[in-house]
Amino acid sequence: MKFEYAPAPESASIVDIKSSYGLFIDGEFVDGRGTAFKTVNPATEETLAEISEATADDVDAAVRAARRAYEDVWSAMPGRERAKYLYRIARIMAERSREFAVLETIDNGKPIRESRDVDLPLVSQWFFYYAGWADKLEHSGFGSTPLGVAGQVIPWNFPLMMLAWKIAPALAAGNTVVLKPAETTPLTALLFAEVCQQAELPPGVVNIVTGAGATGQALIEHPDVDKVAFTGSTAVGKQIARSLAGTKKRLTLELGGKGANIVFDDAPLDEAVEGIVTGVFFNQGQVCCAGSRLLVQESILDAVMERLKDRMSTLRLGDPLDKNTDIGAINSARQLARITDLASAGDAEGAERWSPSCALPESGFWYAPTVFTGVTQAHRIAQEEIFGPVLSVLTFRTPAEAVEKANNTPYGLSAGVWTDKGSRILAMTSQLRAGVVWANTFNKFDPASPFGGYQESGYGREGGRHGLGAYLKEVR
Amino acid sequence: MSLRTTLEGLPGVDRVGAEARVAGLGTRSIKTTAKAWAIDLAISMVDLTTLEGSDTPGKVRALAAKAQRPDPTDLTCPSVAAVCVYPDMVAPVVDALGDSGVHIASVATAFPSGRSSLAIKLADTAYAVAAGADEIDMVIDRGAFLAGDYDTVFDQIAAVKEACGTAHLKVICETGELATYDNVRRASWLAMLAGADFIKTSTGKVQPAATMPVTLVMLEAVRDFRRETGRQVGVKPAGGIRTSKDAIKYLVMVNEVAGDDWLDPAWFRFGASTLLNDLLLQRQKLSTGHYSGPDYVTLD
Repeated sequence: MKFEYAPAPESASIVDIKSSYGLFIDGEFVDGRGTAFKTVNPATEETLAEISEATADDVDAAVRAARRAYEDVWSAMPGRERAKYLYRIARIMAERSREFAVLETIDNGKPIRESRDVDLPLVSQWFFYYAGWADKLEHSGFGSTPLGVAGQVIPWNFPLMMLAWKIAPALAAGNTVVLKPAETTPLTALLFAEVCQQAELPPGVVNIVTGAGATGQALIEHPDVDKVAFTGSTAVGKQIARSLAGTKKRLTLELGGKGANIVFDDAPLDEAVEGIVTGVFFNQGQVCCAGSRLLVQESILDAVMERLKDRMSTLRLGDPLDKNTDIGAINSARQLARITDLASAGDAEGAERWSPSCALPESGFWYAPTVFTGVTQAHRIAQEEIFGPVLSVLTFRTPAEAVEKANNTPYGLSAGVWTDKGSRILAMTSQLRAGVVWANTFNKFDPASPFGGYQESGYGREGGRHGLGAYLKEVR
Repeated sequence: MSLRTTLEGLPGVDRVGAEARVAGLGTRSIKTTAKAWAIDLAISMVDLTTLEGSDTPGKVRALAAKAQRPDPTDLTCPSVAAVCVYPDMVAPVVDALGDSGVHIASVATAFPSGRSSLAIKLADTAYAVAAGADEIDMVIDRGAFLAGDYDTVFDQIAAVKEACGTAHLKVICETGELATYDNVRRASWLAMLAGADFIKTSTGKVQPAATMPVTLVMLEAVRDFRRETGRQVGVKPAGGIRTSKDAIKYLVMVNEVAGDDWLDPAWFRFGASTLLNDLLLQRQKLSTGHYSGPDYVTLD
């Protein structure tokens, strides 16, 4: 007797994908002057649309539009009026959430369950939250004067959510923006441009330029950009920091991570296993704050692994639009190659690999959920960010050893602590060097909570009151 | 190791996490063929129940007829698992069910409060078994459990189990009175260690009755218990499950938490009365393509 779930695909008919897309500059869609590129559905490898590439000239036009909008309209507008636009955007995003969720899933490969239940609710919440700040900036503690034009470059793992994290606080604080979405996932940002039109946002307040690294470089190096916000890899973040050194531009970076998820012997085990799964398999592990290093107290290793393997066997990999899919597609061939390469390093270094039996679709980019046991700090898979559904399991004996191993990384973005002891949670959180520490949960986000990293995970905070600090200055 | 040490050594349950897990499982979308399969399975798992002071031989005979042929217009509809009544109503049910294969369950042990002497609980059990019940749904002494007197609870379950003879014993934890998930886990293990064939959430007389998170904790308990001892124990949520949609959510949870070994009326039951008619309505909808309405299922 076996319970076979019949296919339950979300209808894609709600989205209308055009054959080609231009840039969104000064409130209008215009063709870019560069070489158009394709965005593909990573679950099928089918081309979805042709996307304009913004050249340095296009970026210049976008920055000029943003500057004009900043000087003439947005910075002079009272906060309560800016708030109205942000509330309007928040409401539209909530109303059109199914359309956006489907499009995000098609372009990114993440399961519709996640885009519907996590990404889109957070997008709307982010705009609502920062709309509320727009007329209260003097209480932020960071002054109430905007910086000017913000150049924002975002990654492909949470395309629309990262857009919201960037645009909402910038606009609330009175800045205008030029945003570059990732080249593999531009579609929801371009649909968001339509929302800006629908909300009658003044032209030039939000500009969206598409392209790859060169477009991003043109944006961050543009002399009339006052602030750069980047989320992405540590390697690119370092390049940006170098190229901005010596300029007056303000910079915030949200980079990679190798989060430690620490499970003590008195943890609520079944819920801890859920947290381990959420920590590293959410969004196929393509999460900068993923709990990709599992630190288990050695005395309960067997009990945890037994439960974890059972649980992983129930994960459903396949069509991202199917409402029962837990593990979707890897975003690109390039990312899949990186995951495959790093996991092979785990094999080569002697860690023991395990995956549940799970058939991978023939086309598209897929990687089965994988766990490595017998990993030590000396392994590459314990040190380097894999950014995929691959968990490295290490053990510890004492709380001090757990802290030492958790902190023994060049990163410092996230950590998790699982224990029934409140006192231990408090002791651990004060010793862990990570921007966010989750206690008995993982990968939980809230617009009121600041998020950001230590060390090579970046600097600056996004979210909450602190998130305004990146977009405001004191004027004395 | 003492019973107390064993029970208190079980891992705790994080309330927020357990409820989040249930919410996640609740988003599974069960459609078309999977839904039809699940509805038939759910029907075959129903313990069709009447536990009222006003029950009469006529009333329980009608229920017994419904149990055998839930949908008289469709002979492919499976019969339910059991009819569940008070001990003095067992005899007319035995007559009505004959050799249909539908089990006869009786509550016993001073149901629903359990507030009586062990002697009376055992006599109550023996009476139901003698009348022909092949399944006994007993209640635990929640007072003793909450007072930390686990040995008393254990001894009573073991004694009732003995009084059952070959009848299957379902042990009702009355989770609405135990209040915490940690208690639910401990009571589940206590019942299993004492010999329960099934662990059951509720009498249906206390609110809240069955909930998804409580059933989750019980499913984890039977899964872990089998892993540790090799013995499989069944689970029965009872009270408050009224719609097909809810029943299917429970089956998804059984499938993904305990595993498909439990997707069988021998190992999972729904204690319910109104649920059956909603399952029948949905079943008719799936086969005919339209909703027929409450007048097209029998009221018994």
